[in-house]
Amino acid sequence: MMLTLKQTRQLRTFLLGLLAWAVGLVMFFPIFWMILTSFKTELAAFASPPELFFTPTLENYVEIQQRSGYFSFAWNSVVVSFGSTIIGMLIAVPAAYSMAFYESKRTKSTLLWMLSTKMLPPVGVLMPIYLLCKNTGLLDTRTALVIIYTLINLPIMVWMVYSFFKEIPKDILEAARLDGATPLQEISRVLLPISKGGLASTMLLSLILSWNEAFWSLNLTASKAAPLTALIASYSSPEGLFWAKLSAVSTLACAPILIIGWLSQKQLVRGLSFGAVK
Amino acid sequence: MADLKIRKLRKVFDGLEIIKGVDLDINDHEFVVFVGPSGCGKSTLLRLIAGLEEVTSGTISLDGRDITDVTPAKRDLAMVFQTYALYPHMSVRKNMSFALDLAGIDKSEVEAKVQDAARILELGHLLERKPKALSGGQRQRVAIGRAIVRNPKVFLFDEPLSNLDAALRVQMRLELARLHHDLNATMIYVTHDQVEAMTLADKVVVLNGGRIEQVGSPMALYHNPVNQFVAGFIGTPKMGFLDARVISTDPHSVTIELAAGTRLQLPISGARVSAGNKVTLGIRPEHIEVVKASESAFQVEMDVTEHLGSDTFCYVRTSSGETLTVRAPGDFTGEFGQRVGLALDLNHCHLFDESGLTIPKLNQRAA
Ligand SMILES: Nc1ncnc2c1ncn2[C@@H]1O[C@H](COP(=O)(O)OP(=O)(O)O)[C@@H](O)[C@H]1O
Ligand SMILES: [Mg+2]
Repeated sequence: MMLTLKQTRQLRTFLLGLLAWAVGLVMFFPIFWMILTSFKTELAAFASPPELFFTPTLENYVEIQQRSGYFSFAWNSVVVSFGSTIIGMLIAVPAAYSMAFYESKRTKSTLLWMLSTKMLPPVGVLMPIYLLCKNTGLLDTRTALVIIYTLINLPIMVWMVYSFFKEIPKDILEAARLDGATPLQEISRVLLPISKGGLASTMLLSLILSWNEAFWSLNLTASKAAPLTALIASYSSPEGLFWAKLSAVSTLACAPILIIGWLSQKQLVRGLSFGAVK
Repeated sequence: MADLKIRKLRKVFDGLEIIKGVDLDINDHEFVVFVGPSGCGKSTLLRLIAGLEEVTSGTISLDGRDITDVTPAKRDLAMVFQTYALYPHMSVRKNMSFALDLAGIDKSEVEAKVQDAARILELGHLLERKPKALSGGQRQRVAIGRAIVRNPKVFLFDEPLSNLDAALRVQMRLELARLHHDLNATMIYVTHDQVEAMTLADKVVVLNGGRIEQVGSPMALYHNPVNQFVAGFIGTPKMGFLDARVISTDPHSVTIELAAGTRLQLPISGARVSAGNKVTLGIRPEHIEVVKASESAFQVEMDVTEHLGSDTFCYVRTSSGETLTVRAPGDFTGEFGQRVGLALDLNHCHLFDESGLTIPKLNQRAA
């Protein structure tokens, strides 16, 4: 049977749609399962084969709140991720501005060098950083995490902001300069408003990366400054495997960022594709 | 008042000299056009004047004030960019008022100036739009409006029409000429299009390779180019060039022999050349006439003819293999391969020496 051109196109759209849904479901399934498990009793969580229909219970959530105090961990996560994002932007914007609009012979290699620091395995510098924190009294403080997160996210933030600035014609800034704008006004009244979409997605990415970061938060905090990632970890081993509670705490930890991510998908996609998708 | 003086201006980029010592005076109310081939440094020269590039050496002064190291905003200049460079996040009104807002000028005064510029440029109904929602011609107008509201001493334009389609370009060219007349302003205009230069300029500055080749009125450049480069650059279709040799000279004439064998006696002073010198004859298409083969010693073969209606451009080949363009009347008909004679208007023949410099004519037309 011959298909018309239109039918071929419809078929292709349909198959691609099917594939996208399949991939999406596969990726979403663990999260779905985690949320499901968090509403089961510990016994039901262990059942094999797993039960898909059960009477949901909130007992896991209640117990977590009683035992650990979700909100103090959540507050640490909020402070640390917003703090490092704001400080990161304050550094990344001027850095990217000078690299994008006052390019020198070494700009490209500086950018590459900054990115290359991301290739270092974090555990390689665990000892020196731990000792630095210890000697400066920063162990188990939010300050330490803010500093570290700012530093580890900075290369990506500079790189992203740089690529957004690069899309803006230099002429526009020069026009502003001729119109009498000081460098600060040039940035605040022309550059930032034009690139606000890109800046928002950069901030979003930094928030997500900081929120999810687990290596440094586990190694540098104990209780006072511990964020949600540390809370999850605390439920994983010492008391044996409590699947339902672990699921509940993970759900709690992921929820805020999932909601933010959902609300800002468009920005995020544009940001992660470095402005290629408009 | 706006008297711009440029002295010994040089600009070096990464060890490469782009502007190689420019001296230029621009007078009040003048429309000055910088013209030259792409890459010759026109934009760089304009940007140096605007203060967007740092001067390597030399000085720029405006009305006697040295502005060589003054920041762009304090120079009292406004620039219209090739890409328009409108602020995409601001309305047309905001685009035009931005400079005045920054300067902290009174709101009602700003509004009056914006309304004024909008009226001149017929932008009144577009004031609330964003640049995105404008056509190319309208964006161009907003860019000009942004310059007008500032009432600058000098307007700078960098190829402002090159992003417009051909019809719109002609229309905007007329509007710019009218604007110059109405505002009575001093304008410096950069283009690679010599037609724009000829039609707009009071004074044309021909640039080549970072140097000024010639400064003069469009007619002066047309009639008395100082060298072969200017002669070839100004005028459409381009001036034709033929290799020749000097046969004899006297104070009032030079006799040359073309590579094709024809001898011509030109009303050019013989003081600068002597018999045997290699020279180049330059002649514009409009100063050649096609005649019957029997009526001229200078015989050529017809190549392509282009009919424009008002004129016919005939491309012809000489017996030495050189090509010439002839501008014939609109009803001219010629056949491919036909042998015809050419009659050159000897008063409009230009002669260039081996280094390309013009050998002066006896009766130079007043510039
Ligand atoms: N910022 C710059 N850095 C290095 N070289 C430049 C810069 N700006 C212009 N040039 C060089 O200067 C030359 C003249 O450029 P430009 O003034 O833009 O020419 P035009 O406007 O006449 O086409 C070009 O060869 C260009 O590569
Ligand atoms: Mg240019």
